[in-house]
Amino acid sequence: MQLAVPGASLITFGIHLLLSKKAPPLETHSYMLLFWEILGVSIFLSIAQSFWAGLRQRMRHMWPIFTAAILLLGLWDMITSGFHLLPLPYFPGPAAVLRSLINDRGLLADSTWHSLVLLLSGYTLGVIVGLVSGVCIGWSTSVRYWGMPLLKVVGPIPATAWIPLAMVVAPSALVSAAGLIALAVWFPVTMLTASGVSNTRASYLDVARTLGAGRAYLIFRVAIPAAVPNIFIGLFMGLGASFLTLVVAESVGVKSGLGWYVSWAQGWAEYGKVFAALVIMAAFFSTVMTLLFKLRDRVLVWQKGMIKW
Amino acid sequence: MVAIATATEASSLRIADLSKSFAVPGDPYARQLALDGISFLLAAGELVSLIGPSGCGKSTLLRLIAGLDSPDSGELFVGSEAIISPSAERGLVFQDPNLFPWLTVRRNIEAGLVARGVLREKRHEVEEFMRLVGLEGFANAYPHHLSGGMAQRVALARALINHPKVLLLDEPLGALDAFTRMRMQDEVLRLWQARRTTMFLVTHDIDEAIYMSDRIMIMTPRPGRIDQIIPITLDRPRDRSSSDFLRLRSDILELLHFAGSPNE
Repeated sequence: MQLAVPGASLITFGIHLLLSKKAPPLETHSYMLLFWEILGVSIFLSIAQSFWAGLRQRMRHMWPIFTAAILLLGLWDMITSGFHLLPLPYFPGPAAVLRSLINDRGLLADSTWHSLVLLLSGYTLGVIVGLVSGVCIGWSTSVRYWGMPLLKVVGPIPATAWIPLAMVVAPSALVSAAGLIALAVWFPVTMLTASGVSNTRASYLDVARTLGAGRAYLIFRVAIPAAVPNIFIGLFMGLGASFLTLVVAESVGVKSGLGWYVSWAQGWAEYGKVFAALVIMAAFFSTVMTLLFKLRDRVLVWQKGMIKW
Repeated sequence: MVAIATATEASSLRIADLSKSFAVPGDPYARQLALDGISFLLAAGELVSLIGPSGCGKSTLLRLIAGLDSPDSGELFVGSEAIISPSAERGLVFQDPNLFPWLTVRRNIEAGLVARGVLREKRHEVEEFMRLVGLEGFANAYPHHLSGGMAQRVALARALINHPKVLLLDEPLGALDAFTRMRMQDEVLRLWQARRTTMFLVTHDIDEAIYMSDRIMIMTPRPGRIDQIIPITLDRPRDRSSSDFLRLRSDILELLHFAGSPNE
């Protein structure tokens, strides 16, 4: 059981040595280094866990996933650089991708940083505007009367469809991209916030009134807290939409970021770099998503054990 | 405890010729009369129950007194002040405790102080009220961790911390099991005796009404009218199985046409 990960890494590296003899020595070298590291760390953890119960708990949970991930790497190696089942240069093997990752690390880090800044500025703007408009539409019937039709007609248009217009209107490509991301986030956040606020249980509002609550209390201390579970659904949907919009906006207008990097690498037919950027994106986006999950767990601690989603 | 008891000033509650009708669903022109010329007076510090079959307008009446709805005609007064909107001086406890699930027990009890902007001056009372309803150990628990009886105690403390002149209770013990319910009846009586708030209790449990009230009002449905007002003069604490208690019970059952007509 404890030896599953070291075992899997030996198998995967064995596959690489056996099958990809034609691979450039440099690729094999860094790939081998990676596996020595995995092997070392996993053996260390296997030994350490017999002294530390907390680590054993975590390992029991994570070990099968790690094992499967490493074996999948071996399978990928077999399909691509091993038996050449997929056409080159579109599908490089894992060692080539790792090599691109290492070679181009400066530009990749820079692109990730630019994407992060753009994503955060667009997302934050969209969330703030979305929360304000959502609360107004959800609370006030007259705002709902005028705002809801606009929201229902304009909201469903994918933010990326505005790109031609945004490029004309905005002073720079970066501003237009941030605006598009904000627009993509704004719609789900507004929609879910409005429905959460307007569906606040009437009895909560009644109770608050008999406790002496004024309008500010009813909005900020009853309706909005009651809407928070809904608001988080909007935040998650908005985050997904923002990733999509970010990558598209970067690949058409903005001259930086991971989206730009992918289309630039594709232009030079350097598919190792394309895959390297995809690996970075996967890590980057899932980290951001995880942070939002953590935030939700903190804010919605009062729901613990009530709802699972 | 003494500080709390003296801090409250109970008020009388006077209802004069109150009527309320509702639109009939599906028929835009028809209106259903829910309350028809209701008049009564609760003396300051009195505990009066209102019983009647479901759908007779009990909760409608309570919402009007709370100020959550407005009547078609008639007047409502707490002391000498007319009721026009909800206010912290008329506390309301529902059958569902309606605790704010996003707030801990302590924050729920504080809610009235926060809403009125007096938390800073009155924070010390929060502890007192948690002790009063026996919830000291649960200050930081969230409502979904509480049993029905405990949640209802939080709801009572939340309403009482505003020192309401009148406390309105809309079947507050209706959802509890029989044992918890009897224990909570004693608890509400204890709170009432300690604080002498005027209490208006809506219930459909005849035993509860007899056990707790100074007077019982019986309401008839469609349109809702006060049919009878029965003074209960039994000594407190009352014995639920005494012959006087049981006689009152069968009298009331008869008034409500449940006694002696098995064919109905």
